[in-house]
Amino acid sequence: MKIISKIYIYLIFIFLYLPIFVFMIFSFNNSKSRVLWHGFTFKWYLKLFENQEILSAFYNTLIIGGVSACIATVLGLVASIGIVKSKKLTKKVIMNLTNIPLINPEIVTGVSLMLMFVFLYKNLGIFKPGLITLICAHTTFCLPYAILSIMPKLRQTDSNIYEAAQDLGCNQMQAFFKVVLPQIMPGIITGFIMSFTMSIDDFVISYFTGGTTQTLPITVYSMTRKMVSPEINALSSMLFFTVFILLLIVNFRKEKGKPLGVHKM
Amino acid sequence: MKSSIITLDNIHVSFHGEVVLKNLNLNIEEGEFVTLLGPSGCGKTTTLRIIAGFLSPDKGSIFFKGKKINKVPAHKREVNTIFQKYALFPHLNVYENVAFGLRLQKKSEQEIEEKVNEMLRMVNLGGFVDRDVNSLSGGQQQRVAIARALANNPKVLLLDEPLGALDLKLRKDMQSELKSIHQKTKITFILVTHDQEEALSMSDTVVVMDKGTVQQIGSPKDIYNEPQNAFVADFIGESNILPAVMIEDYKVRFSGKEFKCLDKGFEKMSAVDAVIRPEDVKVVSPNAGDISGTVTSVTFKGVHNEIIVDVEGFKWMVQTTESQETGDEIGLVIRPNDIHIMKTSSYSAEVGDYSAFSDEFYEEHQHSLKS
Amino acid sequence: MKIRWSLMPYSIWMLIFVLVPMSLVFIFSFTSSSSGFTFENIVEAGKYSSVFLRSIVLGAVSTLICLVLGYPAAYSISKLSVKRQNVFIMLLMIPMWTSFLLRTYAWMTLLEYNGLINKFISFLGFSKFNMINTPGAVVLGMVYNFLPYMILPIYTVLTKIDKKVIEAAEDLGAGKAKVFTKVIFPLSIPGIISGFTMVFVPSVSTFIISKMLGGGSILVIGDLIEMQFLGNTYNPYLGSCISLILMIIIMICTGIMNCLGSENVKDENLVM
Repeated sequence: MKIISKIYIYLIFIFLYLPIFVFMIFSFNNSKSRVLWHGFTFKWYLKLFENQEILSAFYNTLIIGGVSACIATVLGLVASIGIVKSKKLTKKVIMNLTNIPLINPEIVTGVSLMLMFVFLYKNLGIFKPGLITLICAHTTFCLPYAILSIMPKLRQTDSNIYEAAQDLGCNQMQAFFKVVLPQIMPGIITGFIMSFTMSIDDFVISYFTGGTTQTLPITVYSMTRKMVSPEINALSSMLFFTVFILLLIVNFRKEKGKPLGVHKM
Repeated sequence: MKSSIITLDNIHVSFHGEVVLKNLNLNIEEGEFVTLLGPSGCGKTTTLRIIAGFLSPDKGSIFFKGKKINKVPAHKREVNTIFQKYALFPHLNVYENVAFGLRLQKKSEQEIEEKVNEMLRMVNLGGFVDRDVNSLSGGQQQRVAIARALANNPKVLLLDEPLGALDLKLRKDMQSELKSIHQKTKITFILVTHDQEEALSMSDTVVVMDKGTVQQIGSPKDIYNEPQNAFVADFIGESNILPAVMIEDYKVRFSGKEFKCLDKGFEKMSAVDAVIRPEDVKVVSPNAGDISGTVTSVTFKGVHNEIIVDVEGFKWMVQTTESQETGDEIGLVIRPNDIHIMKTSSYSAEVGDYSAFSDEFYEEHQHSLKS
Repeated sequence: MKIRWSLMPYSIWMLIFVLVPMSLVFIFSFTSSSSGFTFENIVEAGKYSSVFLRSIVLGAVSTLICLVLGYPAAYSISKLSVKRQNVFIMLLMIPMWTSFLLRTYAWMTLLEYNGLINKFISFLGFSKFNMINTPGAVVLGMVYNFLPYMILPIYTVLTKIDKKVIEAAEDLGAGKAKVFTKVIFPLSIPGIISGFTMVFVPSVSTFIISKMLGGGSILVIGDLIEMQFLGNTYNPYLGSCISLILMIIIMICTGIMNCLGSENVKDENLVM
């Protein structure tokens, strides 16, 4: 029984990783063929850095990811403070609001934002679909993740600690920055990394709200309509490892973060 | 000459329409060790938080050495608090925890080091400077919290059930340690607890509170020997509280008999409560007693047996070293100086009889008071 | 209701970027370019009922397959040592964080008529067969992409079941099979329900997977919406209406699921 379940787990994971292995292997293929092996090469990795289209899309992706993750984290942090302090009813209303982007299908979030941006651009001339609208859209779908990472940490923090800091001579601002912030830092970092990875991987919402601005997933998508150049395989393999490392950091943080809560009785 | 350091004048607090403190008046003198004692929900912690500045009252004034401090924020009050669960800063080590307040005062590094070491020595944590506070035991965390609060040179130290999380043995040690720190530093201590033994053994003055009002203020001895009402008598130690009639000065009637007592000044033939502590009742043979009854339960308590005696429907608790058995007929002797007479109060009917008594129930009740 | 200042920036943001756009979808559903209030979008959308049906069937089939494949996987993982559990859960999450476009594209490479799988099959001496551009390929793509979303919540609930409850059942005479059917499975239903939502919602609303693995021949709701907003037949009114219908379909399906679940789960606190 144990052996069967082990084999089963491995089969599931082979299924999950099969396509990843495929694009990783073919990123080293010395040919544009997606099925035939023509020998090992690094050339796609080198060519990648000469491909202006991919590079500028990558650059856009990083800008959008960085900026929207920052906004989402800061807004999420301030909101979390408010939510934790709020009364039950307010809390419920706000949390329901937070859940909307989480439970809505991405395509609906995308088209609804597109409708608004187009409407605003046509009538008021603001929010021209592009970098700004992308940042707003990404911030919106990242916010719930930021809040859900920060709020539990904030709730775990012993409220006496905030009072103790004031008792020892901190004003409210000092007490927050000196005592509360260091303790919820793991949550803030996790929220930021989650927002960032969600943002750089997003296709559907960017597709509807980005206008002609290219992000990496959009470029990849337009390539799949024609012919995917192996440079994309190279880029994805690199991204895979980046995400892998980011996730390792997040997990490492989580485990490091644990003892903070342990002292509480 | 002693002068008052903290004065609470007509404090009134309510949360969401529920009255927590009503018309609370309290005067605390410099250097005193005062304990606020009462069951959970009596308002003792709220009182402490008002003094600390974490809460402002709806009505009433707080004075510090005669100056009104209602508007002074917590961080500017010369008062420091030991929190219930210590509230140590988990991201700082022992040294930095103790140095926290000093750094805010922008003291020099050398001054800070001297003070921190002095404080840590005082709480017997000399070698713990670099330790992570999360790795300390409950007792050690407690000591760090004390050192951290005292490093700020407060005029008043507030202690919010500081020993509640410790086990019995450790609690006793910390009690005597706190007392010696009080004697060394001569700072005013205000302790909040629901543990009557702790209150009686540690403090100069005990303030018994219930339902948001002060029930009695006095020295531990006064509180124990001369409770002012049935609540205090019941909360502090065990008591048999009997409905009685004061026939005249020095003469009281309860359990269908007249007794001599030492109390006077009550209206003739007025209804009063008579308190008799279980350890003061003497057990004799049925005929030799002032009153007599049937033993309904016996519990072995180590140094003595605790027996419940049914005397004409009223269940007495009696502590005796003699062995009795359920069903025995015994007589009880009550001497005049063991009888304490109090005015009746709203508590009179609620407490005093042990008819619903069982150890299990009692423990559960105590437990719910503590939690 | 008193709103704290700290809630203001967030509330305003969500108002502008969530509530206003959602209201616009609603308003657009009942208007058209020519007239004011109208029901013509709904009539128009009704013509695509076969597409709606296809989406729901494909979504439901993939969700079911995810459950059948995912439950045993979650159960097996939850039986491992804590350290190995963490490793496997991490391995489960990594693909979720890599570009799903590329992973789906990799499946194209695998499933194509001259793709890797057919190469392998013909190598074994069998004849090639057509896999891509079939409903099966679309379902495979959905199952592949959303399987982790089924495994994770079930796994979480399974690990939260108090071991003492299981011991109590054994103590009361339940065998292994009975412990599973009478205790573990009923307690894991909340996980199944959230797994259902997390798989069904993206499956029923996807348009990429159907485009890439269905080759445009298998039209689903997502494709319809995309066509109205970014295709040649630009019609945001109809597109909004279809989006609204999609939301209603999802609400009904998850609602039914929640009802079915809550009938079985009478005491959720046991799981907490």
